[in-house]
Amino acid sequence: MFIIVVGGGKVGYYLTKELIGAGHEVVLLEKTRARATQISDEIGSVVLARDGSEGSALAEAGANRADVVAAVTGDDEDNLVICQMAKHHFAVKRTIARVNNPKNELLFRHLGVDEIISPTRMALGSIEQDIPVHELLHLADLGSGDLELIEALLAEDSPAIGKASADLPMPDGCTLFAYIRADKAQPVRADTVFRAGDKVIVIGRRDCEEALHGTLIGSAVEGDEI
Amino acid sequence: MRAVVIGCGRVGATLADSLDRAGHRVLIVDTVTAAFDRLPATFRGEAVRGDGTDEDTLLRLGANGADLFVALTEGDNRNIMAAQVARESLGIPLVLAKVNDPVRARAYADLGIATINRTTLITDAILEFAGFAGSGDPAVHVGRGHDHAMDVPPAVAPRPLGGAATPLDTTREG
Repeated sequence: MFIIVVGGGKVGYYLTKELIGAGHEVVLLEKTRARATQISDEIGSVVLARDGSEGSALAEAGANRADVVAAVTGDDEDNLVICQMAKHHFAVKRTIARVNNPKNELLFRHLGVDEIISPTRMALGSIEQDIPVHELLHLADLGSGDLELIEALLAEDSPAIGKASADLPMPDGCTLFAYIRADKAQPVRADTVFRAGDKVIVIGRRDCEEALHGTLIGSAVEGDEI
Repeated sequence: MRAVVIGCGRVGATLADSLDRAGHRVLIVDTVTAAFDRLPATFRGEAVRGDGTDEDTLLRLGANGADLFVALTEGDNRNIMAAQVARESLGIPLVLAKVNDPVRARAYADLGIATINRTTLITDAILEFAGFAGSGDPAVHVGRGHDHAMDVPPAVAPRPLGGAATPLDTTREG
């Protein structure tokens, strides 16, 4: 594949090295001349000392025949513009953007960026996984749309306890996919009856989180029934 | 009319002041407080320090109800992003981004974001002053409808500013 990487920071540098090692054709765009020279001294003449958000720089890098453009600079706005220029001006099939502000993820997806890499979100996800809260836990985004993989840990007071999965009110377009009991993963069947301590894996739409919360965790508003 | 201006440089400050004097409600945002020194003492609008590309900041400042949004920071990409946040997330009908790279200015106009280009503007003014023909390239690209590949709602057709306001004075630049 032919891949253009924009941004020669640590991410861009190691990404370029790995891709070359895997046998891909790579061009790295780094706007700071000193940094560009430093990288090309180390990994060869694959570096262009140009600002990747300028149309002419992408053209010079060969964007019109690139399979993938990965924008991994430290600035969200630059990454957005690089991906949009690649996609709409050069018809690049696949664009990848690094996003630092998690608030920008939805906007980027909506504006045509195919793939989002969010270091902030990943760190946040790892921290949240270590905290035993009886809430819905976002595991991963699926595809490019609004679907996500969610984990729900069923507590004693979950309204789903003792009920067959077919009897649970599920929002349209959401599926109980599998559950984990005693460290064993099993598919959810219509007659699966949930117990406290089950971890249920759900595929659902982002806008259904509230309804899913009501079905699997219980009403967040009423709470204090102890 | 309610207007939001991002970037309090010479143009941002002058524009905010012009709109304010014309009787409009103006909010101007800049990341540096000292930038507001460019506003005259008579300015009655709001001047708030903050990141104009950040959706949360703009919502907190009540920018979502605005009629006009103009992004005039020093960074083309910051302006483009702020303009897209304004249009897509805040639903502001009339949005303009200053984009000094002529290639990007045209490309984003094709994607439905109206852009104003200082490079073309000044170059043409100088050529004209010297008695030569300009580039023929418009300094303001009006966003052209919407791009289906992006699956975004169509840009609202630009309409004249309310009441007696005249078209934006784009000749002042620094």
